[in-house]
Amino acid sequence: MDLSFFVVLLAAGIRYGTGTLFATIGEIFAERAGVLNVGIEGMMLMGAVTAYGAAYYTGNPWLGLLVALIVGGVMALLHAFVTITLRADQVVSGLALTLLGAGLSAVIGAPLVEVRDAPQLPAFPIPGLAQIPILGPIFFDHNVIVYIGLLAAPIAWWYIYRTRPGMELRAIGEYPAAADVLGIAVIRQRYLYVIFGGMLAGLGGAALSLAITPLWVEGMTAGQGWIALGLVIFASWNPLRAALGAYLFGAIGRLPLDLQNLPLFLANPQLGYFARMLPYLFVILLMIISARGNMRRRIGAPAALGQPYVREERGA
Amino acid sequence: MPDATYAVEMRDITKRFPGVLANDHVNFGAQAGEVHALLGENGAGKSTLMNVLCGLYRPEAGAILIDGQPVHFHSPRDAIQSGVGMVHQHFMLVQSQSVAENVFLGVRNASFSLRSQQMAAAVQKIGDQYGLPVDPNAKIWQLSVGEQQRVEIIKILYRGARILVLDEPTAVLTPQESEMLFQTLRAMKNDGKTIIFISHKLEEVISIADNVTVLRAGKVAATTPAKGMTKAQLASLMVGRQVFFQFDKAPAKLGEVRLALAGVEAQDDKFLPALRGVSLEVRSGEIVGIAGVAGNGQRELAETVTGLRKLTAGKITVAGRDVTGSPPLVMIDAGIAYVPEDRHHTGTAPNLSVAENLALKAYRKPPIGHGALIAPDAMQTSAVDLIRAFDISTPGPQTPARKLSGGNLQKVILAREISAEPQVLIAASPTRGLDIGATESVRKLLLAQRDEGAAILLISEDLDEIFAISDRIVVMYEGSIMGEFPTAEAEIGQVGLLMAGGEHGAHASAV
Repeated sequence: MDLSFFVVLLAAGIRYGTGTLFATIGEIFAERAGVLNVGIEGMMLMGAVTAYGAAYYTGNPWLGLLVALIVGGVMALLHAFVTITLRADQVVSGLALTLLGAGLSAVIGAPLVEVRDAPQLPAFPIPGLAQIPILGPIFFDHNVIVYIGLLAAPIAWWYIYRTRPGMELRAIGEYPAAADVLGIAVIRQRYLYVIFGGMLAGLGGAALSLAITPLWVEGMTAGQGWIALGLVIFASWNPLRAALGAYLFGAIGRLPLDLQNLPLFLANPQLGYFARMLPYLFVILLMIISARGNMRRRIGAPAALGQPYVREERGA
Repeated sequence: MPDATYAVEMRDITKRFPGVLANDHVNFGAQAGEVHALLGENGAGKSTLMNVLCGLYRPEAGAILIDGQPVHFHSPRDAIQSGVGMVHQHFMLVQSQSVAENVFLGVRNASFSLRSQQMAAAVQKIGDQYGLPVDPNAKIWQLSVGEQQRVEIIKILYRGARILVLDEPTAVLTPQESEMLFQTLRAMKNDGKTIIFISHKLEEVISIADNVTVLRAGKVAATTPAKGMTKAQLASLMVGRQVFFQFDKAPAKLGEVRLALAGVEAQDDKFLPALRGVSLEVRSGEIVGIAGVAGNGQRELAETVTGLRKLTAGKITVAGRDVTGSPPLVMIDAGIAYVPEDRHHTGTAPNLSVAENLALKAYRKPPIGHGALIAPDAMQTSAVDLIRAFDISTPGPQTPARKLSGGNLQKVILAREISAEPQVLIAASPTRGLDIGATESVRKLLLAQRDEGAAILLISEDLDEIFAISDRIVVMYEGSIMGEFPTAEAEIGQVGLLMAGGEHGAHASAV
């Protein structure tokens, strides 16, 4: 294995990790606000299918992106209403969202499965930078959506840690009562961040169907929504670490394709299945670790994550 | 009677919660440059009234006037804009954020992008002005309780509050920290601010307040100048009857060592050291009081002794039997009884009946338990007996425990634990949140147990309680034992100093 193997692998990791990255950043915003949304997979699928459909019927992939943002946001609004206003269990509502998204996207997408020529988002090697050896192909020779992802992570980080609204966001996920007495509209902000998280999940789906894969097949996200959920924990709710994780997962997900031509894998085809299991195994491991209460506090989970906020109950 | 000199006035405030009339036509007024104490038992409606003033609750009826002008608060933000700020009993601070971030949280005219140096400087300035020393860049979780309180005060001062409401501010402080707080309050008072001070500590009220409003069962019992009032007068206004502060306490008849800890170490929930080499002995017939500011290892101590928390080093002996590292069932078997801090969730199962809660220990053995089966008749009989013996006020043995008042719930727990005839009784904050009457009866029950020969370890943040009923006082600070005195020889100042970490610690927290 030479250097070019790794260049190709890293470039592919960034490419394939982009969809997961959007979803992960979106979930970080929702969870920072205190609302767990395990329905990412459903929102990504709906984003992917509606984006692909809109691009196909209108001929404009950017319109597809816009539709995916709206659809993801609307689905998240549903989750927000059920969990924030009705105070239902967040995990149950999120699971329902996943099932809804999986089913609905299959129905809507049935006529699109045969379509192979919907317009895609353009690839755009950045002139000058793309020619730099090693760094060029890894970072600067991608589809536009990949650059948006590369920029989204630092912007999200800056917003959360270095701005006033970001500080409020962290507060409402840590101790909503404290934010409330200071006049921060906890409920409204939770709604906004959950919807924003859904929009990013939709965007992540659209990135798959309009640029990365690019086509529509039923269940095409293949668990990326669940991986995003695990990555949020891996990233300690930090967008920069989320980018690292998403790209790493992109590379691990891509690895089986590169490995299958190695003599060892050619001789033992069953090894390939194990290689493809790796990302999911890793997520399961993360979930087990994070499910322990002690560990959650230690890795910096928002203290009020998963708890509805009710003003009149405080102190009673 | 309109009185323009009031900085804040509340007229005929009525606030109802499901099944409770928390405030019943309450009138209240305080002037600029005044410290006004709001006194009352738990449940008298003090906090409710102040939550109305701060815009958290909306009253069913009544008016609020600031400087003689009627105001309508729909949210805490409205109250802040009118100059009303509250320091809540449970601090409203985001643990993972810095002092400066907490102060600036929700401040609208702050810049979009945070400027941490300017924020720190602003915090420093207010701290210097009112004698509230705190490091602006420290994270809240790194601060002592006293320091966190200072952050809360700075927070509302930064928002330009002229009317400050402090909800039981000294409940969590050492005597020295309380004295520092009072100096700050005096500085603010001289600055023309109005301070409303919620408390049920009578000495404090008499020493710091200009005027007192006493609430009882949601109504104003009296409004009076604090000067010249005695503790007994205020207490009888609070409870509506005569109250005696002295307990008839027979001298301790010491027996053998029942509970012995040797070099016990344990970790807290974040895996940080919580107990550092704790050694102590409790003998039959005595109450040993553990004094300390909350969060200095008391909870971990109780949990370690009862087998709920693993110890990392050391040895625990109960009545001569080595029970180091044993699970709770073995500890119970060895004779440990436990009255936990959280009586609503750790101490009882809220949805089970009073009878079931009373049987939670006895159900393993006859007459109640027979193998896997429970004898409901025996459980009922034993519950009826205990309800009578411990004077538990409940509609019946089948009432769910969650419907009981705090005092009666505590009696249920005590009845269950005491009826098991324990060798050692661990009581964690047994009277926290109880009214004067219930506090009295819980303390009497503990003293009666002591006189019958039980070894009692009393863990409490309430120094008055420790001094009132314990025979020996052990002071804990950051998981270590700082000192030990017979109660008769202990001085409150000295104990307070040790609670703050001794000479050195007190100095550090004062700078």
